[in-house]
Amino acid sequence: MPSLRRAKPAAAQSTDAGPDTPPLLTPAELAAQRRKRRTGTLIATPGALYLLIFFVVPLGLITVYSFATRTSTGRTSLSGWNLNSYERIADDVILGIIARSAWLAFLTTVLCLVVAYPFAYYLATRPPRLRARLLVLVMIPFWTNGLVRIFAIRFLLGSNGPASALSEAMGFGTFRILFTPTAVVLGMVYGFLTFMVLPLYVALERMDWRLVEAARDLYASGAKAFWRVTVPLTRSGIVAGCVLVFVPSFGSYVVPEILGGAKTLLIGSYVARQFQAARNWPLGAALSVLVIVAMLVAVAINQRNSANAERTQGVTR
Amino acid sequence: MPSEPRASRDEKSQAVSTLGTAGTKRSARHLLKANAWFVFAFLYVPIVVLVVFSFNDSERVNVWQGLSARWYGEALGNTQVISALRVSLIVAISSTIVSTVLGTAVALALDRYRFKGRRALDGTVYLPIVIPDITMAVMLLVFFAEVFKLIDTIGPRFTLGVTTIALSHIAFNISFVAVVVRARLDQFDRTLEEAARDLYATPWRTFRRVTLPLIAPGIAAGALLALTLSLDDVVISAFTAGPGATTLPVYVFSSIRQGVTPELNAISTLMLTASITLVVASLALQRPRSTTP
Amino acid sequence: MTNPSQSTGRLRRSRWLALIAAAALVVAACGDGDDEDAEPAATEAATAAADEAPAEDAGCAPGEIDGDLAFYNWADYMDEELLLAFEEETGISVDYSVYESNEQMLTQVESGAAIYDLVVPSDYMVALMISEDLLRPLDFDALPNVANIDDAWDNPPFDPEHRFHVAYQWGTTGIGMTYDVLDALGGESSWAVIFDPDTAALVPGSISLLDDAPEAVSAALKYLGYSITETIEAGDEEAIREAGALLKATNDRLLKYDSVTFGDDLVNGEVDVAHGWSGGFAQAFFETDAYETHVYTIPVEGGVRWVDTMAIPHNADNPCSAHAMMNFLLDAQNGAALTNYTYYGSPNEAATPFILDEILEDPGIYPPPDVYERLELIPQMGDLGLIVQDMLTEAKS
Repeated sequence: MPSLRRAKPAAAQSTDAGPDTPPLLTPAELAAQRRKRRTGTLIATPGALYLLIFFVVPLGLITVYSFATRTSTGRTSLSGWNLNSYERIADDVILGIIARSAWLAFLTTVLCLVVAYPFAYYLATRPPRLRARLLVLVMIPFWTNGLVRIFAIRFLLGSNGPASALSEAMGFGTFRILFTPTAVVLGMVYGFLTFMVLPLYVALERMDWRLVEAARDLYASGAKAFWRVTVPLTRSGIVAGCVLVFVPSFGSYVVPEILGGAKTLLIGSYVARQFQAARNWPLGAALSVLVIVAMLVAVAINQRNSANAERTQGVTR
Repeated sequence: MPSEPRASRDEKSQAVSTLGTAGTKRSARHLLKANAWFVFAFLYVPIVVLVVFSFNDSERVNVWQGLSARWYGEALGNTQVISALRVSLIVAISSTIVSTVLGTAVALALDRYRFKGRRALDGTVYLPIVIPDITMAVMLLVFFAEVFKLIDTIGPRFTLGVTTIALSHIAFNISFVAVVVRARLDQFDRTLEEAARDLYATPWRTFRRVTLPLIAPGIAAGALLALTLSLDDVVISAFTAGPGATTLPVYVFSSIRQGVTPELNAISTLMLTASITLVVASLALQRPRSTTP
Repeated sequence: MTNPSQSTGRLRRSRWLALIAAAALVVAACGDGDDEDAEPAATEAATAAADEAPAEDAGCAPGEIDGDLAFYNWADYMDEELLLAFEEETGISVDYSVYESNEQMLTQVESGAAIYDLVVPSDYMVALMISEDLLRPLDFDALPNVANIDDAWDNPPFDPEHRFHVAYQWGTTGIGMTYDVLDALGGESSWAVIFDPDTAALVPGSISLLDDAPEAVSAALKYLGYSITETIEAGDEEAIREAGALLKATNDRLLKYDSVTFGDDLVNGEVDVAHGWSGGFAQAFFETDAYETHVYTIPVEGGVRWVDTMAIPHNADNPCSAHAMMNFLLDAQNGAALTNYTYYGSPNEAATPFILDEILEDPGIYPPPDVYERLELIPQMGDLGLIVQDMLTEAKS
């Protein structure tokens, strides 16, 4: 019994960031709490320190760089602060690159959703045994080396690769989609499809199918039951999947580099170029900051969504 | 694992089998099935084609000249490949060990304790996961450049290399390990710990005998994830690699830009085999354990 | 014993959950500003490093070795056998890495994050690196083999006192194409095949352009009838922007930008017209016996000639090893071995007897005098350099 009592206030405290000493504790309990707090600090410190040095400081540094000056020879000077790099982002050229990256990421996301939803639905409605086996088949590509998988696409699509040979043999002539935006989208769908399948699968698998049944009992058509019941109930999975696909597609670097022929500049490659060829570190830094902020917004949307989902699920149950 | 949710899920999955199959129209069912086949084909055909062509005897990637393992010989005899593989393994193993320890500690602290800066840590720990690789890569490049300049004024000289790649991998792997372990801690039955404490076990003993065994699968999964991500990474490694220290994925990436060769097919197939073995082995290892909770 | 809860249990221990959990739990509490106090120190360090003048020459004895050599060279530009021979001769190991453009190398050297002992900048880049104090003066006493270099390469405009570089290889930039395309052009190569829509329509397949801003802009300038040297020396930004607009108009016609595989792509049929460097084509042609069907040309409007050089970055750790490598590569036989591998011209006069006849007699590699006259070196671009870089970027967007 006493242990239970101790557990509960501790859980309650973690939600309020209020005063250090709640009034109802005995001195012994206070000492225990202080000890616990010290242990927590002790355990957290090495990891926190590591993240501070190798993540927070670099993040701060790149923010600082984004306000630095690029000298006429391409050096980065930290002596004069300005907003030049941010002003340049408003330039048509860069806005165009951002718009294109967003558009291709959007296409990728939509394609993934259209293909993955029925796929996840199919998986979730298999008998348990088969379902477990099929899941393993989904997991394997997910865990295999991403670069090698993109290389496989590059190899397959090459103008003298197997896909082209097949299409020629079948009389369709040569097959040329490599180094086009189509190839980039295809590569991203290939790379990120499983990011969409898995959250959808989980949402469908956890869904209370009795609700669909109830809808059917009330003479809703199959389609109506699907759109009115199944889709809303799996909304959190849909949004999570979309975020998980959109975010890496938007910032993708490897896929456009390999499948885009350096012709379709996307934001990821553009940032890399600022640091490698164009030698405009402040601009690259400003774009990185922008991308990070955009990603945080996307993630915040998802977080709100999943909080909402939990609330509505609480109601339906 | 608590038994109650399992029962209700079984009930639900029964509902699934009646509704999911009988409830949908036959044509829809066929479409669903066709789509599933299409997805599996889409996922596997490119990989299979790559593997098949890695056994092609021909110099030219597009001409089939009969079965041969010669490109595997060439790949394994290539000193650059071997040295890149060495770097990859050193980086992957060292970063996995360090990030598993640090990440688990962070997860425990966040889940169990209140301390100063907890909320800041809670927010920060997820950032390396959500920002794109390329931004993380340039952040670390700028960071190392500045730090080396700073150190240079004092005396010792540093350059990008194996160490900086490993340090960078730890930076993102801590977060992944922390998230995975924390997910495990979330489903953890705390009454077991309370019971141990009521039986006068010291906190350390409670941790060793109760907590650790219970979250061990989570830690193992986190470590496996860290290992995989480290072996997978191209972008961050490419920006933090230095003279003579390249990881295998970075080597492959720059080789792809220099053209598709049969040797590259062979190297890729070897990498593919390695990662599939890793996944299958881990799935096999987890299976018997989960039947006896 | 497989049941649904078990399969989700397995799923739970996986990457996507890590991501979802991350996505769900992030509170946008990012820690900017936490490290503001670290900045002034970093700034000072940066300016201190920038002010650092290049040291005196290293004072190396001929053949002296001071540690493993970090050698940073262009992709596909070195016979691995030569590196092995050098390692054997000196007992040190060579950490060899490659880059794809002068600017990529420059960034690495400039940032100071990666320290190299030996780099291979092209002409205009040598000038830029000298003006930025990024190169270390060479110790010619440690380079007896410099005597092997043809006098024609003495005191070039990019390093007038000839203190910072020795020539490595030289070559030209032009267009590689199939004979079919050349015939369609009436036997006379022109930049129009890339830049003029009507002429480009004669090309049955695809076209590629070098992924290199100075080269791409120079090609466009040549097509527009400008002299590269005069335009840049006069600081004619207008002409550069005109070239940039031309590149942008051309972008959609290209299959890709490529500085590494242009030769292979041409002989493989991936493209029918490729902007590229002489030796890259020659190497691909010889490897696949494609000389019957493919040809490298200097357009009538003229092209670019260049010389790549060996130089030592200001912060090199092992300058003596770098000198040893330079001297090794300037040896007559080794110099010939290099050219026999790369198919680029050798500045090494003493190496000539050892160079393959097929290379010496190839007009694509050693152009005849009337063609040579149509070629220009890209001068140091100064402030225009960044505009030139931006032109290629804008073309792609």
